[in-house]
Amino acid sequence: MVSAVIERKREHEAPAADKAGVVGSHIDIRGVSHRFDLKEGPLPVLDDVSLDVKPGEFVALLGPSGCGKSTLLRLVAGLEPPSDGSIRQDGRSITRPDPSRIVVFQDPTLFPWRTVWDNVALGLQARGVLSRERSRVDEALSLVGLSEFAKTHPHQLSGGMAQRVALARAIVNEPSLLVLDEPLGKLDSLTRLAMQSELVSMWQRTGFTVLLVTHDVEEALFLAQRVVVFSERPAKIKADFEVDLPYPRHRGSPRLAELRHHALGLLGLDATW
Amino acid sequence: MSSATLTSTGVVPPGAEAAAPAAVAAPAEETRRARTSAGNPGVWWSGAIAALIWIAVGAVTRFIPNASIGFTEWNLTAEFGTGTALVGGLLLALAVIGPRLGAVAPVRGSGPWLIALAALTAVWQLLTAKYAVLPAPFFAPPQALVEVYLDDYARLADSFWNSLKLLAHGFFLGAAIGFLTGVGMGWSRVVGYWVHPLVRFIGPIPPTALLPLAFFFSPSSYAAAVFLIALATGFPVAVLTWSGVASVNRNYYDVARTMGASEWFLVLRVAIPAALPQVFVGLFMGLGGAFSVLVVAEMMGVKSGLGWYLTWAQGWASYTNMYAALIIMALLCSGLITLLFGVRDRVLSWQKGTLKW
Repeated sequence: MVSAVIERKREHEAPAADKAGVVGSHIDIRGVSHRFDLKEGPLPVLDDVSLDVKPGEFVALLGPSGCGKSTLLRLVAGLEPPSDGSIRQDGRSITRPDPSRIVVFQDPTLFPWRTVWDNVALGLQARGVLSRERSRVDEALSLVGLSEFAKTHPHQLSGGMAQRVALARAIVNEPSLLVLDEPLGKLDSLTRLAMQSELVSMWQRTGFTVLLVTHDVEEALFLAQRVVVFSERPAKIKADFEVDLPYPRHRGSPRLAELRHHALGLLGLDATW
Repeated sequence: MSSATLTSTGVVPPGAEAAAPAAVAAPAEETRRARTSAGNPGVWWSGAIAALIWIAVGAVTRFIPNASIGFTEWNLTAEFGTGTALVGGLLLALAVIGPRLGAVAPVRGSGPWLIALAALTAVWQLLTAKYAVLPAPFFAPPQALVEVYLDDYARLADSFWNSLKLLAHGFFLGAAIGFLTGVGMGWSRVVGYWVHPLVRFIGPIPPTALLPLAFFFSPSSYAAAVFLIALATGFPVAVLTWSGVASVNRNYYDVARTMGASEWFLVLRVAIPAALPQVFVGLFMGLGGAFSVLVVAEMMGVKSGLGWYLTWAQGWASYTNMYAALIIMALLCSGLITLLFGVRDRVLSWQKGTLKW
C-alpha cells in the first residue's frame, strides 16, 4: 500500500487570527516511526508518519481500532519520545509534556477525591498559579455550562457531564494545542451529538489547534477541517483530505455523505454505501 | 338483606347509601392513625417490655438468696437489685410518657437490645451469684464488677489513661513510619528494591516474638512497648499504602503531567489521595494489631495500663478485677475504632457508599 500525503490546495484558511487570546500551535510531525519493545520482540506501531498541522487547524486522525493513532497523540503530547523522527511545536522539538499541549482522554479520568471545581483547577494548581487565576476556573466551568456543579464530586456526574468537566480542565490551561483521544467514544449517542457541536463552538471561540483521534467517520467529518486516514498497524498515512464545508455544518448535507463514502472507501468499508 | 330492602324504598339509592358511611369512616380512621403517629404517639412497647424485664432482674437479684460456697460472699447484692429495679422503673416511665414529650425517637431503635441486655443480665445473675453454675473465682456476678469499679476506680482510670497514651504513641509512630515506607515503596524504584524484601521478611513476624530484642535495643521499657505497638501498626499500614500507591490509575499521572505537574505534585496530590482508601484499610488493620499486642507490651516495663492491670489481676486470681478491666478495654478499643471511622468518613467523604461502623 502506498502511503501518500496528498498535496492539497487550501480552500478556506484556518480561523486563527480573530480568536480571543490563544494562538494555535503549528505542529510538524516529520518521519516519525515508533515501536514498543515487548518480550516477544519489537512491535512497530507507527511507520514513517509525516503530518503538518497549521496553527488553529482542526485535524481528525481517522483509522481502525488499535492502529496506533493514540500512540501518535502520546508522542505529540510528549508523554513518550518517538523511536525515530521528530515532532516540533512552533519549531521547537517536543521532548516532554507541557501545559501548552493538553490531552483529553477517552475516559474523563477526573480525580474522584476532588470536587468539580478542584478538578478543573488542577493544571493551574500544578503550575502554582491558582491563587492568582482562580477566576479562570469559574470561566472554564461556565464555558461548559457546569457552574452550578462546582461543588459536586465526580461520582455524582453523568458520563457526558464528566467529559465536559474534563474539557473544562483542559481549556482552563489555555492550551495552544488540544489533543483529543476519542473524547466522546464512551458517551451515549445523543450526548455525543450535543458534545460534538459544543466542541466546534469551543474551538471557534478560542483558537487552539486541535488533533482529534476518532474511529467514527461521521464525527471526523462533522468536526474537522481536515481528515487524515491511517492504515492498519503499523499505522501509515493513507490519505489526507479537506472537509470543504463551512461551519456550522449540517449532518444531512449531501457533500458530507459524499465525503463519508470516500472515507469509508479508504478504510475498505464502502460496500454498504 | 332486610335493611337493604327497607332503605331501597327511600329517596337515596342503595348503592350510594352504602358508600356514604364508608366515605365518612375513612377520614375518621385517617385522623385516628395520624394522632397515634404524631400527636399522641402511644407507648414505646419494646422499651416498656425491657423496663419490666429490668425490674424483674432487680427482683431476682434482691429476693433469691445468693448461693454460699466457701468464703465467697457477693457484696452490693441488695444495692444492685434496687439499682436495676430503679433503672427499670425509669425506663418504664420513659416508655410510657416519653413518646408524648417526643423524647424517645433517638433510642427507639435500641428497644430490642435493651430487652436482650436485661435478659442476659438476668441469666448472668442466676448462673453466678444465685446458683453458682459458673463458679467463683473464675466467674463473678454483675454486682461484683460494680464493686470493683467503686473500689478501684482510681487505678482503673489511671490504667485507662496510660493505655490510651501508649496506644496513641505506638499507633501514630507506626502509622507514620508505615505510611512513609509504603509511599516510598510504591513510588521509588530504589526504595522498593531495598525495602520491599525487608518488609516481606520482617513484617509477617508476630511483633510479640521480637519482645526480647525490643527490650534490649530500647532506651527504656516504655520505648520498647511503644516499639512493639508501632511494629504491629506499621506493617499493615506500609503494605496497604504501598499497594494503594502502586495501583493508582496510570492515566491520573498522564493527566497531571501534561498539565505541568512536578514529581512532588504527582506524589502529594495524585498518588497519596488516590491511595487513601487503601491507607485507611491499613490503618484499621494496624489499630487491630495495636490492640492485640497491647497486653503483651504492657506485661513488661510499665506500672500502669489496662493490659498491665489484666496481668496483675490474674496474678492474684482476682478474675473479677480482670473482667472489669476487660470491659473498659473493650470500650477503649471500640471507641478508638469509632473515632477512626469518623476520621475516615470525613477524609473520604468523596467516596460513595462507604460502610458505616
